[in-house]
Amino acid sequence: MSTAIETTQNEPKDAPAIIEVEAKELTGSQAVLEAFIAEGVDTIFGYPGGAIMPIYDALYDYNDQLKHILVRHEQGGIHAGQGYARSSGKVGVVFATSGPGATNLVTGLADAMIDSTPLVCVTGQVFAHLLGTDAFQETDVINITTPVTKWNYQITDATEIPSVLAKAFYIAKTGRPGPVLIDITKNAQIQKIEYKGYTKCTHIRSYRPKPIVRKTYVEEAAKLINEAKKPFVLFGQGVILGNAEKEFKAFIEKAGLPSAWTLLGLSALPTDHYLNTGMLGMHGNYGPNVLTNECDVLIAVGMRFDDRVTGRLDKYAKQAKIIHLDIDPAEIDKNVKAAVPVWGDCKETLPMLTRLVEAKQHTDWLAKFNEYKKQEEEQVIQAELHPTSGELTMGEVIHQLNELTNGDAIIVTDVGQHQMVACRYARFNETKSNITSGGLGTMGFALPAAIGAKFGAQHRTVVAVIGDGGFQMTLQELGTIMQTKLNVKILILNNRFLGMVRQWQQLFNDKRYSFVDIQSPDYIMLAKAYGIEGQSVNDRILLQSALKTMLDHDGSYLLEVMVGKENNVFPMVPQGCSVSEIRLK
Amino acid sequence: MKAEYTITVYTENQVGLLNRIAIIFSRRKINIESLNVSPSEADGIHRFTVVINETEDVVRKLCRQIEKQVEVLKTYFNTNEEIIWQEMALYKVSTDAVAEKLKVERLLRENGARAVVIRKDYTIFETTGHREETDKLVEVLAPYGLIEFVRSARVAIIKASKGFHEKLKEFEAVEPAAELAENEYLDKGDAVFTM
Repeated sequence: MSTAIETTQNEPKDAPAIIEVEAKELTGSQAVLEAFIAEGVDTIFGYPGGAIMPIYDALYDYNDQLKHILVRHEQGGIHAGQGYARSSGKVGVVFATSGPGATNLVTGLADAMIDSTPLVCVTGQVFAHLLGTDAFQETDVINITTPVTKWNYQITDATEIPSVLAKAFYIAKTGRPGPVLIDITKNAQIQKIEYKGYTKCTHIRSYRPKPIVRKTYVEEAAKLINEAKKPFVLFGQGVILGNAEKEFKAFIEKAGLPSAWTLLGLSALPTDHYLNTGMLGMHGNYGPNVLTNECDVLIAVGMRFDDRVTGRLDKYAKQAKIIHLDIDPAEIDKNVKAAVPVWGDCKETLPMLTRLVEAKQHTDWLAKFNEYKKQEEEQVIQAELHPTSGELTMGEVIHQLNELTNGDAIIVTDVGQHQMVACRYARFNETKSNITSGGLGTMGFALPAAIGAKFGAQHRTVVAVIGDGGFQMTLQELGTIMQTKLNVKILILNNRFLGMVRQWQQLFNDKRYSFVDIQSPDYIMLAKAYGIEGQSVNDRILLQSALKTMLDHDGSYLLEVMVGKENNVFPMVPQGCSVSEIRLK
Repeated sequence: MKAEYTITVYTENQVGLLNRIAIIFSRRKINIESLNVSPSEADGIHRFTVVINETEDVVRKLCRQIEKQVEVLKTYFNTNEEIIWQEMALYKVSTDAVAEKLKVERLLRENGARAVVIRKDYTIFETTGHREETDKLVEVLAPYGLIEFVRSARVAIIKASKGFHEKLKEFEAVEPAAELAENEYLDKGDAVFTM
């Protein structure tokens, strides 16, 4: 009897389901790739270099299981990883070498951090004995990337590789997702270890990705919604990241709640859904902005009240009781004080709310949104989407694109005027269709992100809508398209200006156009040099057929559309103004 | 209104975590008045004690950002009324001054100073107490030639705390008990959220 007890005591408690394999000898580099395979990684975006050579050497033998996409710059690599993660819902994986390779990731890390994109970046590092000696291509990557990663870790001993990578994937994709960077010294990549299989991480004691939802708060929220005369829902990317599109739709449909989206919430709800009232924020729609300051209950779902959404905070929705659903407790009360904080995963909290809310239709209140919509149609949208004379507008290009794609394409946008126009007017039927750099506003994001998006959703049409400024920031990735023979549609809206800055200079700096006059190369010739077909149009009559040629083309295609030089994006909430002070011109 | 707050952070012991926590303050241009890292009552768990001068609203937001870090288990913030705290200070004065001037000896005694080292040329005294107390001795010793002075960071015990042992068990459980009140600072008072 006593022996029996002893045996059980020797067994580890709560033994995790380890896939027991016979211990074999692997190098640290091989262990990294084994971890990727165990995590279901199929695509890696990367660029080799001295300190990551052992991993690349190992990759040579894993070529049939792991597709590696050689980018042209590490920034392109990480944006591609982001695009992949956003279109597929999986973790994006990126390789870079030490020093400059690693520092080139920083912009993408910051972008992924603020836009909650799950990434695992692996960087090479100099030999452990050289750390701190200013060795060739040595840089303190861990400290450089600490503010822009959800978690980072340096491995100097290969025996840590399986468990650290398991943690990395777990942290990147759970809770509020984010980028993780693992720095591996060259000696650890070479080091041979006794490999005993890979155990996925499911629990870290100091990390609670999501809480047990407190019912009291859901009940309080439901009560407020049921009593509301003018309830209004703001939804963000949390709905998409939480895979809660269906749950969200069921919630707003049952309670009859007019809803508006943040830039990253776009495509979580189909554009033509009767409760979709449009876009929030600086260049959002008229109704959602004005009525934010008229609603009585404001329900924020998976969004973080960014300053571009709220405008002036002390004049933001002061009359409303605010219900905030978020998985990240640090977001609750950060910018806007919530009357009812519903901390939790919206995949869980939304159905709980749906059960408790009364079936209603706020017909009169919804009609109010439509009244504002009509005004916006007349004063802004009509001229933007259906001009009959004068220069081409960005809006009509997007409108024509909608007609041809029927709202089924993934639209990847860069940053600036074209981004605002594309997000305002693009039609979406499916979730994960809008990929843009929201929080960080990274020019140069779209081209590499579109490459990644295509790898993440190969069956879908991917259109990168880019301005002439942003395109010139990362156009080297045309080389990646060339080499991978990828089918990505590149739509450059060329206004021969850094348009958004020019618009601000016109409106607020007395038209003092300071360094916004940017020249472009011949994009068609440039594309041709990379073996990519293309054309340029500046004639309204030719626009639709040019777009059709682009979409029908078998392979990548670059279409440059010359649009009005000094067109502005309206409506606009000028900086420092309240959302209800939104300008239509 | 700004006031002195003591932030207590329970963490894993990991390289780089100090930086992760420090940049949460520096990013917002907030000066850390005092920072101490030490083991805690729970085995293997470290305890950061950070003192800052800020409004409660800012402190609460900072704590949420700190607790968001993967290796942080728990963060508390307290006003001075809610804690017992001490700081230690060392003073180096010339032994002649102490030996010859009766007044110095009396001052040291009045301020509860204890001699740590006595050498021919200098003597080192130590006091433990609140900032005002250790500062006062600096002031009174100054006229007699204070050669060196150094003060440690604040260490603090939260009066209402029951320690971290039980909490740690909950953190270690894959499925935490629903009754466990966590993030009590997150909202009005007690037991607001469970993890």
